[in-house]
Amino acid sequence: MADRGLEDLLRPLAGQVLGVLVRRYGQFDACEDAVQEALLDASVQWPDSGVPENPKGWLVTVASRRLTDQWRSESARRRREATVAALEPPATPAGPLPGDEVPGDELAGGQDDTLILLFLCCHPAVAPASQVALTLRALGGLTTAEIARAFLVPEATMAQRISRAKQRIKASGTGFRLPSQPERSDRLPVVLQVLYLIFNEGYTASSGPGVHRAELTVEAIRLTRAVHALLPHDGEVTGLLALMLLTDARRAARTRPDGTPVPLAEQDRSRWDAEAISEGAALVRQALASAPLGPYQVQAAIAAIHDEAARPQDTDWRQILALYGLLERLAPGPAVTLNRAVAVAMVQGPRAGLEALSTLDGDGRIAGGHRTEAVRAHLLELAGDRGGARAAFTHAARRTTSLPERRYLQAQAARLTPRDR
Amino acid sequence: MKYMLLIYNNPAFYEAWSEEDRTALFSEVDQIMTELRESGELVGGEALADGSTTKTVRVRDGVPAVTDGPFAEAKEQMVGYITVDCDSEQRAVQIAARWPDARYFAMEVRPVMHTTVADV
Repeated sequence: MADRGLEDLLRPLAGQVLGVLVRRYGQFDACEDAVQEALLDASVQWPDSGVPENPKGWLVTVASRRLTDQWRSESARRRREATVAALEPPATPAGPLPGDEVPGDELAGGQDDTLILLFLCCHPAVAPASQVALTLRALGGLTTAEIARAFLVPEATMAQRISRAKQRIKASGTGFRLPSQPERSDRLPVVLQVLYLIFNEGYTASSGPGVHRAELTVEAIRLTRAVHALLPHDGEVTGLLALMLLTDARRAARTRPDGTPVPLAEQDRSRWDAEAISEGAALVRQALASAPLGPYQVQAAIAAIHDEAARPQDTDWRQILALYGLLERLAPGPAVTLNRAVAVAMVQGPRAGLEALSTLDGDGRIAGGHRTEAVRAHLLELAGDRGGARAAFTHAARRTTSLPERRYLQAQAARLTPRDR
Repeated sequence: MKYMLLIYNNPAFYEAWSEEDRTALFSEVDQIMTELRESGELVGGEALADGSTTKTVRVRDGVPAVTDGPFAEAKEQMVGYITVDCDSEQRAVQIAARWPDARYFAMEVRPVMHTTVADV
């Protein structure tokens, strides 16, 4: 796609322009296609002609024209197909015809459009993978090809997810307005989950076509910022934004150039993003002080404690342990128990950690999984059981589906293998 | 999460079927493929030519040796695969269970390795 500067300008406009169009003409699906085409026109024309004085107005005008072209060709097709209908006047689209004039007030307003569009794209009738894809297209202005590349699937697969999502939304009959307050509190977690999925997909990308994937992180943070600006008093929105910033702050230090992971304790902390850490930490403090407690805030608080420790040995594990205890009550799950076991080991010693881990043994969701085994290996090594640690690292290496993680875990097992015997 | 579903069967078994029965079998597969395409879960897949066209290649001491086969006519063999991108292993298993070959032979559900890294 075009250069970075143009993308930075276009992406935030995608949702705003789409909002204006859907407000005027309805038909979310047709408008969404038209906005994509207008964005493409802009990325082709602006580098030569220069950025217009009013980029948003330009996009609204071009997208509206694209929409009328589409209606005209559809009605022309209908006329050709139906001989009887050929005698009747051409179908006129509902609503006013798109003009080239864009009223200023219409452009200035619509701050809530971002939120309405997010609620639409993350509609509960749509499967999670499709919610993610549609959100990135409608609000991120990414093309289907770019989204497909980022998720490493063929473009046809991604196009199908997007078109299915649009069909579902159309079939649900949901209008272009904010859901009612009670419905909103039910559906906001879905929106946040989608934003977190987008973030994670970008954050966990280690190498390969990473440029495209890292952009997902940028896009997730931008969209979460936008939601935060609209709902500044929602503790979980603030918590999620903080969690993203505090996690992304470690990006530069978390993998080696070959893609293998670097454990938190071994990361070069001078490479962490201090600005992101201070912003994230301030956000989480503000949320904890003023809003009802939720899982994103607690996770962000844990991330802040890690990020604010100058050296690994300065980490306040007692506080982290207390927070995992809290998280276990708010949002229990095997992953939380697993992370809590690490904190138990850091506070009470590796044997206590292994005991906490053993509560997962009967849990089919995670027992014998590579993450459990990797933690077990680490704790066994701390407890001085090198043979047990080696076996657990080997087991973990066999269970993971991540190539860089497998290399890392195999290296850990090799490190513990006795030599010269 | 991507899974490769490996399809195993014995072609001689189906050769003994009537043309009608074979057509019904193919349309069953077409139906599943259409559904997977529409749900956006299908990533790709291919059928493999008959086992008798296989070449096995071994290089020993720098010298390549190419032999025909294995033929394995009497045994189950891999005849093709499809790759799906779906939400869970459970869903991948569900797709595999619908494949007609699972009724007479077997389907293998194998997670595909990726290059993403969670924090360790």
